[in-house]
Amino acid sequence: MDSLFSLDILLPTLVGLPLIAAILTTLLKSPGLRASISIAMALIQLIIVATLLLWLSNSGTSLETQYQRYSLGGWGAPLGIDLAIDGFSALMLALTAALTLVLTVYSRYYFFEPHSRLDKTARFWPLWWLLIMGINALFLSGDIFNIYVTLEIIGLAAVSLVALDGSRAALTAALRYLLVGLLGSLCYLLAVALLYRAYGTLDLAQLSAIAEPTAITWAALALITTGLLLKTALVPLHFWLPLAHGSAPAPVSAILSALVVKTSFYLLARFWLDTLAPAATDYGLLMLGVLGAAAILWGSIQALRATRLKLMVAYSTVAQLGYLFLLFPLFSPDEDARGAGLSGPAVSAVGYFIVAHACAKAAMFLAAGNIMRTFGHDEIARLHGLAKYMPLSLFTFAIAGASLIGLPPSAGFLSKWLLLNVAIDTAQWWWAIIILMGGLMAAMYVFRVLNIAFISVDEKAQTEPKNLPTNKLPTIMSLCAFLLAMLTIVLGFNAELILDLVTIGDDV
Amino acid sequence: MFKTPEFKENNHANELPFATRILCATAIGALGLGLIFALILSENISSSLPALVQQNLTQSGVQNPVTAVLLNFRSYDTLLEIGVLLTVAIAMLPNSNFNSDINPHMPGGSRLVSVVNSAPVNPPLEALLRWLIPMIIVMAGYMLWTGAALPGGAFQSGALLAGAGVLAQLSGRLQFCFTSTTAKLLLTIGLITFVMVAVGVATTTGVILQYPLELAAPLILLIETAATLSIAAILLLSYNTLATQTFESSSEPSVFDKQPSALSETSAPNETLQSQTAEGPKP
Amino acid sequence: MTQESLYIIASIGLFGIGLYGVIVAPHILRKILAINIMSVGVFMLLVVSASNMNSTPDPVLHAMVLTGIVVAIAGTALALLLAVKIHTLSRDSDKDDH
Repeated sequence: MDSLFSLDILLPTLVGLPLIAAILTTLLKSPGLRASISIAMALIQLIIVATLLLWLSNSGTSLETQYQRYSLGGWGAPLGIDLAIDGFSALMLALTAALTLVLTVYSRYYFFEPHSRLDKTARFWPLWWLLIMGINALFLSGDIFNIYVTLEIIGLAAVSLVALDGSRAALTAALRYLLVGLLGSLCYLLAVALLYRAYGTLDLAQLSAIAEPTAITWAALALITTGLLLKTALVPLHFWLPLAHGSAPAPVSAILSALVVKTSFYLLARFWLDTLAPAATDYGLLMLGVLGAAAILWGSIQALRATRLKLMVAYSTVAQLGYLFLLFPLFSPDEDARGAGLSGPAVSAVGYFIVAHACAKAAMFLAAGNIMRTFGHDEIARLHGLAKYMPLSLFTFAIAGASLIGLPPSAGFLSKWLLLNVAIDTAQWWWAIIILMGGLMAAMYVFRVLNIAFISVDEKAQTEPKNLPTNKLPTIMSLCAFLLAMLTIVLGFNAELILDLVTIGDDV
Repeated sequence: MFKTPEFKENNHANELPFATRILCATAIGALGLGLIFALILSENISSSLPALVQQNLTQSGVQNPVTAVLLNFRSYDTLLEIGVLLTVAIAMLPNSNFNSDINPHMPGGSRLVSVVNSAPVNPPLEALLRWLIPMIIVMAGYMLWTGAALPGGAFQSGALLAGAGVLAQLSGRLQFCFTSTTAKLLLTIGLITFVMVAVGVATTTGVILQYPLELAAPLILLIETAATLSIAAILLLSYNTLATQTFESSSEPSVFDKQPSALSETSAPNETLQSQTAEGPKP
Repeated sequence: MTQESLYIIASIGLFGIGLYGVIVAPHILRKILAINIMSVGVFMLLVVSASNMNSTPDPVLHAMVLTGIVVAIAGTALALLLAVKIHTLSRDSDKDDH
């Protein structure tokens, strides 16, 4: 921790690297150069995260190294701000780095219009890297006010990215997202004020040591929950998500559904199960689980009714987010196991689910973006005969859909299996019913699209519709989507990779 | 709520029904009362932080405890906060971004500030500004310098400078164009300086953002100066963009409107707002 | 009723009024203003918590308020930009319709 060259320095580097990328892409003028630097930076970020993970898993298992911490400015909590990493946040950082690389490569081709005089990437790349910086900073942050600032960076960057193409629908969706995001952040900030009044410190680790179930702690937790539920789009506060994710450019939709909504979920898990665990009542945990179940059901119903492909995928996100909230009732049945950090079978299952869903959903959004780019529209009813023109994209969609449904050997199947195991082990079998029903409904909306895509003739119209592709798609865009879908299969076979990662911080 | 944005005053068509509003007010009122009671009845633990700040104040390089917290103890927060400002600045950048791979000469003005040589639009304002703007710049410099010991600092002086810029633009005599290289440099200089200092000190002290004791004061001043320039530029850019938006009218089609947007993800590509013309504001 | 209690009531009151405004107000500018009122309420609570009869006020809370104000400005600026752009687009498409 003393010299510059201990591997500790990798923690702030993960925040500094996207920041430098953002500054460089703001200053550079040539779109080609911006894209090349972005891909290089994404690659470096992946290498840094891989090094960090290797170091963490080899760095000993004593209680002191349960967390790795880095005190910025050398002051240390509570005076200064600490960066902290444990198993769960390490997993999220790895997911961010991997997704960033694939999506950066995809974006380079998505926005590439060499003969156009207008240059959209002038705004895309800086905002993209600022978003990535915000996500990394949030997962690494060990200070509740610092988390507020990172939430704002993520929110503002995400809104600007949604509004990127300047159409009226995108701008309206972005404005709605912004207002909801600001509302959520303000609720969170009020909670920070309450926590500081009650405990006199802003540091997560110190709070988890001294938190008590008082009225003001409970009020702070309720406010944090309201704010973060707005940002995670849990039913009934989900109204902004489908249009925001549905009107954004494809790589933006991918990162929003895969990562951005998971950041606020990560914070909810951190506060409920780790930092403010003494204030987390059983009733509250149950409420979150019930809302999650409602999200699974309602999101799937709305996905079935969606007419546009991207809207359907966005509603599918609303549904799949419900599974994440089953973590709360399933976390631990007894009181004394709480407050020991974010670990255990439920956390492993949900961590796995986050990774599986992120890859599958990103693959689906990229495939949908490819379809939209090729045909000029994404209306499900008019996608007849898609299989003829875009077999790879359709295959990607099918595999990603299989992971969402939970078919073996995908990662989705494994994560649902783990969740079912936890549900049955803790004798809360009613969640198992919800999980299975969710899988069934996901099957319905995925197969609906596949059904239409494989049929060339529209039976109602009685004629073969003129559904010819209008644009040629660069192959690498389809390959990126396909890679993400394949990742879900690879992760389905190699469960230990993820599960070992989540249990890094344990002292066993 | 939050359906489509409503722009007409007194248009009660989209308003929530009365019963819903009463329900909302009661719910918020009840929750608010609960929160007030929780706050008033709870014990306010006197935090150890103020004492800690006082203890370490001499080592921080400044005498003002708020500046010490902002730029030394919790400098990471300030770094991220300037990042937030940069995010909004990029969203506000004018749309006339040319592809420099094709056309290396960017028309539409490569100067940040240009003087408009026409008849005075607002003579009293202009006369006032001849005295006022230099005074504001001096004031801003003073606020920046005095932030070490008294209330002041980067944000305050940046806001003052931006105010001077807004007044200058309102008078119609000066015109700001943010597509130039100078502009982009100004926008990012705060963040660049901060990152360079953060990494630079790490080579000496071994920890990111840990200033060496004897260099703390000058480093803080350096960061604050660069941040002032950035903050002023970002605030002025925001004003500039919002002011030009209102004056723009697409009845004169801009040269970029002919580009069909294949990149639009929505199913109504006709309603795309393409770029503005590269002219300045029409007062 | 102590002075601090009065300020606490005022700050939570502002937060509640702002929250009501965001949900209920029809005009988009009113919603944006309501969010600003909410943030003022939170900042007021932070400043009240910083007051300390014995010595200088708590500087950490003041720093939080400064950061919060800047973040609120950024959010408001972006919201205004989006609102104005939507307005320009709706105005032009209304013109086309006639």
